[in-house]
Amino acid sequence: MKKLMKSVALSVTALGLAVAGAQAATLDDVKAKGFVQCGVSQGLPGFSNPDDKGNWTGLDVDLCRAIAAAVFGDAEKVKYTPLSAKERFTALQSGEVDVLSRNTTWTMSRDTSLGLNFAGVNYYDGQGFMVRSSLDVKSALELSGASICTNTGTTTELNVADYFRANNMEYEVVAFEKADEVVAAYDAGRCDVYTTDQSGLYAQRLKLTNPGEHIVLPEIISKEPLGPVVRQGDDQWFNLVKWTHFAMVNAEEFGVTSGNVDEMMKTENPGIKRLLGTEGTFGEMIGVGNDWAYNIIKQVGNYAETFDRNVGPETPLQISRGVNDLWSKGGLQYAPPVR
Amino acid sequence: MAVQQPIADGDVSAQSDPRFLLVTVFAALAILAFYLSAVYNYFEGDYGAPFASIGGIAGGVVSIDIAKIFNFIALVLLLFPIAIIFRTKAWFGFEGKQSYAGNVFNDSGLRNFFFEMLVMAFLGFVFWFFVGNTVRNLAAANISSGFGFLDRAAGFGINFSPFIQYSETSTYLTVYMVGLQNTLIVAVLGIILATLLGFIVGVARLSTNFVISQVAYAFVEVMRNIPLLLWIFIWYFSVLRLLPSKQDPLDLGPLGLLNVAGYYAPRPVFGDGAGWIGIAFIVGIIATIFVARWAKARQMATGEQFPVFWTALGLIIGLPILALLASGIPLTFEMPTASRFGPRGGARVIPEFLGLLVALVTYTAAYIAEIVRAGILAVNKGQTEAANALGLRSGPTLRLVVIPQAMRVIIPPMTNQYLNLTKNSSLAVAIAYPELVSVFAGTALNQTGQAVEILLMTMLTYLTISLLTAWFMNWFNARMALVER
Repeated sequence: MKKLMKSVALSVTALGLAVAGAQAATLDDVKAKGFVQCGVSQGLPGFSNPDDKGNWTGLDVDLCRAIAAAVFGDAEKVKYTPLSAKERFTALQSGEVDVLSRNTTWTMSRDTSLGLNFAGVNYYDGQGFMVRSSLDVKSALELSGASICTNTGTTTELNVADYFRANNMEYEVVAFEKADEVVAAYDAGRCDVYTTDQSGLYAQRLKLTNPGEHIVLPEIISKEPLGPVVRQGDDQWFNLVKWTHFAMVNAEEFGVTSGNVDEMMKTENPGIKRLLGTEGTFGEMIGVGNDWAYNIIKQVGNYAETFDRNVGPETPLQISRGVNDLWSKGGLQYAPPVR
Repeated sequence: MAVQQPIADGDVSAQSDPRFLLVTVFAALAILAFYLSAVYNYFEGDYGAPFASIGGIAGGVVSIDIAKIFNFIALVLLLFPIAIIFRTKAWFGFEGKQSYAGNVFNDSGLRNFFFEMLVMAFLGFVFWFFVGNTVRNLAAANISSGFGFLDRAAGFGINFSPFIQYSETSTYLTVYMVGLQNTLIVAVLGIILATLLGFIVGVARLSTNFVISQVAYAFVEVMRNIPLLLWIFIWYFSVLRLLPSKQDPLDLGPLGLLNVAGYYAPRPVFGDGAGWIGIAFIVGIIATIFVARWAKARQMATGEQFPVFWTALGLIIGLPILALLASGIPLTFEMPTASRFGPRGGARVIPEFLGLLVALVTYTAAYIAEIVRAGILAVNKGQTEAANALGLRSGPTLRLVVIPQAMRVIIPPMTNQYLNLTKNSSLAVAIAYPELVSVFAGTALNQTGQAVEILLMTMLTYLTISLLTAWFMNWFNARMALVER
C-alpha cells in the first residue's frame, strides 16, 4: 500500500515537473542547446529553399542565420524545420521551433489570438494571380467562373474568397495542404488560376513545366506583410529577433556591408559605432555580445545584400526592391535607431 | 460526523467494533492531510481553504505541489471509511453483508471496493489534471479557447457541398457540417460500392472458371498489398490527370462531359407536375412491400411461388415512368456548356471525390472479397449437397442455403472493414477533397488556431460515426445469427 502511494505520488510529481519545464526563456534554451531551431517553408525559392547540396538559402533563411550570428557569433548554428502552412503555428506554439521565419503574413487575429508575436516585416508582399497565357486573360476581373488552386490554412485562401465576393464573381477553390501539390495541380490543368503572394508566384513559376507559358496578372488584391514570428510572453527573445532585422536595415542605411564592416569598425560615425558595438552596450541589453550586429553584417550581410542575393533582379526571381526599398528611397523598410 | 449518529442511538456493540476504530483512524488521517495542505498553502501565500484546493485538483493545475499531493492522499484516505460504510450498511439500519470474520481486512469485497475506488480516483485525477492543465496553459500562452469560434464567419470557400448551402459568410459550425456531410457521402457510397464489388470479386475468386478466379485473385493481391495513401495518389494524380484539359473535354454525348476538373453530368430539371413521379415511386415501393408479404404468406400456405422480383421492378420503375408519360414529360436535362474556364452548368462531380471514392472502394473491396470467400468456404459442403438432394437448383441453393449461413461468418469482420473505410476517408486531406479532417481539422483549425477544441470535436465525431456503425452491424448480426434454443 505504502509502495503504491509512493509511486503514485512520484509519478504525479514527475508529471508536474515535466509541465513546468517547458516554460523557460527561449534565449537560455537556445544558448544551452547551441543552435537556433528555425521554422521555414517546405521549399520556396528565394525565401527558404534547400539547394542541391541540402543547404538552406533565402531571405527568410538569412534572418535565421542572422539570429544565430547575433547569439553565437556563428551564422551556421541553425537547424531548420520545414513546415507546411497548416503546421507552422502549432510548431511554434508547442516550442518545436524557436522562431518561425516562413513568409508568414502578419494579421490581427494571428497576432492576438494565437499566443504569438510578429517581430517585424522582412518582406512587404501582396497577393496576386497566375494564369496560363493561352487563356488570354488580361485582368483578374475576367476570372469569373475559374477554378483556383491555393494552399489551405493561409490568408491567401481568405483573400481570394473576399476578392471574388466583393467583385460578385463565381469561383471554385481547390485547397491543398502542401505547396508542391498546389503547383502540381495547377500544372496539370486542374485549376485555371494559381494564387499566392506575388513573390511566391514568381518563385513557384520556376517549378512549372513551361514557366514561359504562364503570366502573373497585374492586380495585387491584398497587403501581405511577411515577417518572423515568436511566442508571446518572452520579451527578451522577441526583442532579439526584432532587432536582428532592424540591425540589417540600419546597416544598409549606414552603408555598412559584409565587405566593408571591418573598416567601418574604425569609423568615427557615432551611429555606426553604436551599431557595431564599439560604443555602448547595446548587445547586452538584448542578452548577447556587444559585437552582435558586427557578426550579423559580417556573416550574413545587410538587408540589401540578402535581398539582392536571394530575390533581387540578378536572381531567377528578378524582383525589384519596390516597396521593400529603404524609407529614404521611397520604400517601407524603416528601422528605429540604435540608441 | 454523521456516521457516529447511529452509535449514539445506543448500538453499544459498535463501540468495540474494529470498524469504528478504522473509520476514526482514516478520517483522522484524512483531516490531518487536509490540515497539512492548508498549512503548506498558507506558507506558500495561497490562503485558500483546503477544500478549495480540492477544487484546485478538479479545476486543473499547472504544476503539482506538495499541498495537491496531500489533498490527493486525503481523498484516497477518505475512501476507506466510505467503503466500510457502503459495505456494512448495518450502521444505517440496513442489513449489512457480514462476509468477514471479525477483521475488516479479511473482507474481500471491501478490499476490492477500495482498490476499485483507488483506480477510479487516480484515473479521474489524471483526466482532470490533463484537461485543467491544457486550459490553464492555453490561457497562460494567450491562445484563445472555447467554442465561441463556431459562430464566427469562416471566410473561405469550399468547392463541394451537394446538400448544405455554404458560402464564405457561413459560420465555422457550417464548415463542420459540410465536412461531416462530405465524409458521410464518401463513406456511405464507399461502403455500398465496396460491398457490391467485394461480393462480386469474392464469388469470382471461387469460380470454377480459371481466368475469372485468377483475375479476381490478382485484383485482391494488388489492391490490398499497396498502401491506401499511395492508391489515392495513384488514382488522383496519375489516372485522373490523364483526362483531357478543361477547354477540351471528353464528350460522352447524353452522359455529359469528362475532363481533368471532373465529371459534368446532365442535371435533371423538374417542371410542373413532376411531383406525381415521386408519388408514383413511393406508391410503387409500398405496393411492393404488400405484394412481397402476400407472396410469402401464400408460399407458406400453398407452396406456390410468385415472381416477386419482376413485379417489384415493374412497380418501382414502371409506375414512375407511367406517371412521367401521363404528366406530359415535365423533365428536362440541363447539359453542361463550354466556357472560357471549362464546362459550366450540369451536375458536377469533382475529381478529388472520384479519386478518393475509387481508391477507397477498390482497396476495401479487396478485403471484403476475402471475407466473402472465407464465409462461403466456411459453409459445410454437406449443406449444398443436402439442398441439391431436396431438389433446389444451384441459384436458390446459393441464395437460400449457402449465403444465409455464410453471412454469420461474413458480418463480424465486415464491420471492421466499414469502420476502416470511414476512418480512411480522412486521407482525403492529401488530395484536397473537403471532408471533415481536411476542411474542419485542417483549414478551420489553421484559421482559428483552436487546435484542442477542433480536434476534440473531430475525434468525437469519428467516434460517434464508428460506434453507430458498429452498433448497427451488431444489431444486423444478431438478426442474422443462428437462433439457438
